[in-house]
Amino acid sequence: MEPTDTNNPEYFHRVIDCQYGCPAHTRVPEYIRLIANKRYDDAYMINWESNVFPGILGRVCDRPCEPVCRRGRVEKNAVAICRLKRVCADNKGDIRDRLPKIPEEKNGRKIALIGGGPASLTVASDLMPLGYEVDLFDDQEAAGGFIRSQVPSFRLPQKVLDEEVNYILDMGVKTHFSTYISSMKEFLEKDYDAVFVGTGAPRGKDLMLPGREEGEAFIHVGINWLASVQYRHVEKIAKKTLVIGGGNTAMDCCRTAKRLGGNDVAVIIRGSQEKMKASPWEIEDTLHEDIPILEYLSPLEYVIEDGKLTGMLFEHAKGSPKEGEEPVLIPCNEVLLAIGQDNAFPWIEQDIGITFDDKGRPDINAKTFQSTLEKVFFGGDAAFGAQNIITAVAHGHEAALSIHLFLEGKDVNQRPIPASDLAGQKLGYHDWIYHSEVHEEQRHEVPMQPKVKSIKDRLLEVELGFDKQVGLKEALRCINCDIQTVFYRDKCIECDACVDICPTTCINFLANGDEEDLRSRLAIPANVLWEPLYVSDLLPTGRVMVKDENVCLHCGLCAERCPTAAWEMEKYTYKIAKAGQK
Amino acid sequence: MTYRRPTFRHPNLPKNDLGYTKRDYEGGISTLCAGCGHDSISNAIIQACYEMALEPHKVAKMSGIGCSSKTPAYFLGKSHGFNSVHGRMPSIATGANLANRDLTYIGVSGDGDTASIGMGQFAHVIRRNIDMTYIVMNNGCYGLTKGQDSATADRGSKSKKGAPNPFESIDLCELAIQLGAGFVARSFSGDKQQLVPLLKAALAHKGFSLIDVISPCVTFNNPDTSTKSYQYVRDHSEATATFDFIPLRMEITTTYDKGTTTPITMHDGSIINLYKSDDSVDVTSRRAAIDALEEHREQNQILTGILYISEEMRDTHEILQTCDTPLNTLTEEDLCPGSTTLAAIVDQYR
Repeated sequence: MEPTDTNNPEYFHRVIDCQYGCPAHTRVPEYIRLIANKRYDDAYMINWESNVFPGILGRVCDRPCEPVCRRGRVEKNAVAICRLKRVCADNKGDIRDRLPKIPEEKNGRKIALIGGGPASLTVASDLMPLGYEVDLFDDQEAAGGFIRSQVPSFRLPQKVLDEEVNYILDMGVKTHFSTYISSMKEFLEKDYDAVFVGTGAPRGKDLMLPGREEGEAFIHVGINWLASVQYRHVEKIAKKTLVIGGGNTAMDCCRTAKRLGGNDVAVIIRGSQEKMKASPWEIEDTLHEDIPILEYLSPLEYVIEDGKLTGMLFEHAKGSPKEGEEPVLIPCNEVLLAIGQDNAFPWIEQDIGITFDDKGRPDINAKTFQSTLEKVFFGGDAAFGAQNIITAVAHGHEAALSIHLFLEGKDVNQRPIPASDLAGQKLGYHDWIYHSEVHEEQRHEVPMQPKVKSIKDRLLEVELGFDKQVGLKEALRCINCDIQTVFYRDKCIECDACVDICPTTCINFLANGDEEDLRSRLAIPANVLWEPLYVSDLLPTGRVMVKDENVCLHCGLCAERCPTAAWEMEKYTYKIAKAGQK
Repeated sequence: MTYRRPTFRHPNLPKNDLGYTKRDYEGGISTLCAGCGHDSISNAIIQACYEMALEPHKVAKMSGIGCSSKTPAYFLGKSHGFNSVHGRMPSIATGANLANRDLTYIGVSGDGDTASIGMGQFAHVIRRNIDMTYIVMNNGCYGLTKGQDSATADRGSKSKKGAPNPFESIDLCELAIQLGAGFVARSFSGDKQQLVPLLKAALAHKGFSLIDVISPCVTFNNPDTSTKSYQYVRDHSEATATFDFIPLRMEITTTYDKGTTTPITMHDGSIINLYKSDDSVDVTSRRAAIDALEEHREQNQILTGILYISEEMRDTHEILQTCDTPLNTLTEEDLCPGSTTLAAIVDQYR
């Protein structure tokens, strides 16, 4: 193999799996270390710069960081990254004076944001400090998009939502709430220099089966029903309610129903519980509230008697032990459908230059988020279909960068390279700036409100979050994957000290070969192919150093045992390129 | 500052025939200097014992005094151990071996512990052919007392202090061959590819085996002017022959040209295959072995690998015709069979 090019900013970034896995590339180990140092404000700001909604995401993020956390490869559970984010949000002081300053004098450019969800708000938070004038349009009464309308308050209290949304609106965003844009054509006649569409995926899928029309009053599309609950248009539901679907919306629907009188609510899924789309922790919380999840049932018919819904008929789906048996009738009086959602653009005319694919999705450049009409950009669920908050934020940053480049007259495809830096961590002999010891505590459970209490009040937050002490202990479980082991070949005397001390057998000295060959010849073969090999140039004995980054504990022992400082522990800082970055 | 090694290990750590992983053969974290050759040797011992699937509780580690003699704390943490008096490890090992012949004995010593204060003990443990593997971690200096030249430092070699050593050196391997050792080898801490199979062969050898491992002292004796430095050893070493060690249990899967391979069957049935080139040394001949050592010394070369091997020798227990049962498990009844038995023995001589 060719020697690894560590000057490529993506190499060491890839080693920081949590940061690499986070769509917004939040500097996770850095903020976790700050929590361990009780610097909650600093930890919050590290988060804010990348993901804009630390308090919100610390509760309801999809956590793509946790399944890839290296800790989860050497023991059972990953670091509770998401819950640590909440620790810094819960314990911070007033950080408003640390938010970017908004120039009094504007730069003369006007941007419109259609839709007030996380993607649009991110665009505003990136462009306001550069002097843009930003107008935000939303048909709801307040900003937040689906976070406000569909995420139940027992998972995300309104106070937290308002606080973080207002940080951005208070930058001077001109808001136009309860305003539905019905024609893009007319809208484009206004004098905006660029338009960002972040209208989400607002159309919940319906399930057209016999009985659907007669049962209209008893059958609800999940996301619309959740919004009605959030806006207090709906305050109760039938005792016997069925929720159809196995995603996170289904979990929110059934738990909300349980709090509105649906004591006998049940979730119906077509496949098995293991293959459900919902996040494992949301399934866990659902089961914890004694809501049954019935597997392998495929809906056939809404059963209506005397104009009222009395049940639903299901066939035993493929994989069920009862496959082929008679369909089963499950009695119920209301049904919530949570089987997916689409983005929909009935308000964008076909003849204005924005083209759509055959699924009705806009044609968007996946890197720049620019549509086929050059001054119109898309992001969040509106761009590529329903995903999650953190992805919407990532889209927002990229779209803001594109808008800025576009309005500066530059090529939106020429993205600035991310800012990166390696900083030595050596304080003295065997002494590091970072806490190198690997703590062996197991993942801590998040304390919750007693079940009897929480299911009576839909506004009462179920999770209590870690307190400072537990937060500190959990923070110390992080193994600092951003502190890189950097190898200086010219200093190496090939004494093997690093090979001998490495607890996880990552380091090898052997004859070079192609990647497949090298991976197979390591002391423990490197079978996790998406984790890179770190390969040095030829050493005096004709061998190369090959480090499998897969299970490196970043404990620094290789550097401590190296007599010539050929290994150094260096902190890698990687920041995505944002609009206006110098 | 780290005094603790994390207990997490690679999730795919392989297991040996006993179901143990390498971790089961590890010891405490080393307190030797960073880069010390001794740590590499400790790890080679761990690797060899793991690969041979020795039961950790059937191994005894014996050592004397010195940096080298601290290392048994850093490997085989679940085995028996005795850290004895300076230079007296051979006596302790002799006593232990006589009391319990069923254990595998690994003696660890240094150049000071062996070639200076323990020289007499070293000579006699070889003469008696105690069944043990005697490892010398040889760095040519007294590292624990700030790096003075030791008795194995070559004449003219310069340590960090910069003054050439004025005295002649002792070649422990040559001496051991003369004294009648049945397995003599030399290796280098920086070459585990050679050292690990050597250790396995030595552990399988019945009787005394010596491995003199050149182990650079990074703190006091690693400048290029020292003949025990990483750089010098890499530039000046030459192996007698490459070889494979095939343990008893393992099926022989590879075949080589008969002309170039010499198989040596060990006492326990394992096999060493020596792959020889035309000018390689005949390691089964004592005289040729000593000649080879002298010739290489004249050319400033360090000869490594198996230097001499003989599977014909009898170990102490065979020489003394002791009973097969380890002496420490004999009961009072076995040892004092009573007056009737005594009378029967006496009768034989009437």
